[in-house]
Amino acid sequence: MIPAEFEYEVAGSVDEAIELLGSREDAKLLAGGHSLIPAMKLRIARPGTLVDIGRIAGLSYVREDGDGIAIGALTRHQDVATSELLREHCGIVAHTAGEIGDPQVRHRGTIGGSVSHGDPASDLPGVLLTLDAELVATGPGGERRIAAADFFTGVFETALGPQDVLTEIRVPSLGGAGWAYLKFSRRAQDWATVGVAAVASNGGAKVGLVSMGATPLRASAVEQALASGADAAAAAEHADEGAEPSSDVAGSADYRRHLVRVLTRRALEQALSG
Amino acid sequence: MKQIAVTVNGTRHEAEVEPRQLLVYFLREQLRLTGTNVGCDTSSCGSCTVLLDGESVKSCTLLAVQADGHEVTTIEGLADGDTYHPMQQAFHEHHALQCGFCTPGMVLAAVSYLKENPKPTEAEVRLALEGNLCRCTGYHNIVKAILAASGAEA
Ligand SMILES: Cc1cc2nc3c(=O)[nH]c(=O)nc-3n(C[C@H](O)[C@H](O)[C@H](O)COP(=O)(O)OP(=O)(O)OC[C@H]3O[C@@H](n4cnc5c(N)ncnc54)[C@H](O)[C@@H]3O)c2cc1C
Ligand code: FES
Ligand code: FES
Repeated sequence: MIPAEFEYEVAGSVDEAIELLGSREDAKLLAGGHSLIPAMKLRIARPGTLVDIGRIAGLSYVREDGDGIAIGALTRHQDVATSELLREHCGIVAHTAGEIGDPQVRHRGTIGGSVSHGDPASDLPGVLLTLDAELVATGPGGERRIAAADFFTGVFETALGPQDVLTEIRVPSLGGAGWAYLKFSRRAQDWATVGVAAVASNGGAKVGLVSMGATPLRASAVEQALASGADAAAAAEHADEGAEPSSDVAGSADYRRHLVRVLTRRALEQALSG
Repeated sequence: MKQIAVTVNGTRHEAEVEPRQLLVYFLREQLRLTGTNVGCDTSSCGSCTVLLDGESVKSCTLLAVQADGHEVTTIEGLADGDTYHPMQQAFHEHHALQCGFCTPGMVLAAVSYLKENPKPTEAEVRLALEGNLCRCTGYHNIVKAILAASGAEA
């Protein structure tokens, strides 16, 4: 399978990428290409121009910043998974990056691509939503910060405009708080049939869900039940409230509703004992 | 068309490619290095695995233009003259191939993995192969070969 024809431009900087996005018909950014190229081969995606940001120096980093950690958008899953800084201060992000696809995918795919793609089955967006992460985007009007809660707007839709480049992902330092990301998939390299993230906080926990609707979701009913004193098992019974999972080859909507309650209980037990 | 320069198995190649040319077809059809196989063509099976700057990647999911200025190693570039690479030798000694279709990708995935984790456990090796499928299901001997190449007991 070969993609349809397109023009190819290498962006030397974020500003150049923004300019190219504005001046070319139907242009799309190319980062690791591990969502975009498969879609182009199937001709689900047919961009007129690819603007390759994969060679922009300085957008791949993990560093301490204030009381959190800043991750450059071009940081590959492999480098997120093995970052000592993340392992120590925000282990759930490193752990989850290591659960994505397989080693070859992790050698190419980037955290910025995962977030910008807006795939509801993607692992990191659900974790970033749970962490109340901040996403930094640069567009023709300059830089702005978007809360994860406002970022994921629909299936393959995000708050990014057509000329925006996501440049950084900012996550909090978790201190000693317990966490878990549990992903259930049919085969080793598959996307999550259901994924559940839990991070202990204020005696309760924040809980996020993957593959349970058009966007990653916060399991608010679970969080509220914990806040009112329910234990993990009782709170987890609320996990599918408000979710609208779809049915596909990986599982039916009913199966997902069952699975999410089981995984939420296990994730809470793990996070709250940590 | 785009002008690219890619170093493949130590030799620098300058070529004109269409931007949509996938790396695997550049290797197979332009450079005639047919050791890299296309299995699924959908980023799943790993039979097209090559090393890009020493790390395993699926060459069916990379554009040739993305490899511009980089180094690629295919199965043809692994041996040192007539002497097999230790991973090839281990596959040979442990009968880690049946039809051989997945083998170039398995060997290169394994070479890349041992650089990241030189002394893996058996469970770690199995997990590291999640991106490589063997349609002959010869996984046991593949795992044994990789453990042997790492110096660990199988
Ligand atoms: C076999 C396989 C298995 C996979 N398994 C999983 C899995 O289990 N879990 C999972 O979460 N993902 C999985 N993925 C997807 C993988 O994580 C991708 O790497 C990721 O979704 C996209 O990142 P990328 O850098 O490759 O982006 P690209 O494919 O280059 O881009 C994806 C989209 O994001 C846009 N984009 C990229 N970077 C930016 C940016 N900085 N600013 C604005 N827009 C941008 C592009 O224009 C494009 O629309 C898998 C992929 C494959 C091929
Ligand atoms: S042919 Fe590339 S992964 Fe199967
Ligand atoms: S040996 Fe036949 S596919 Fe693996």
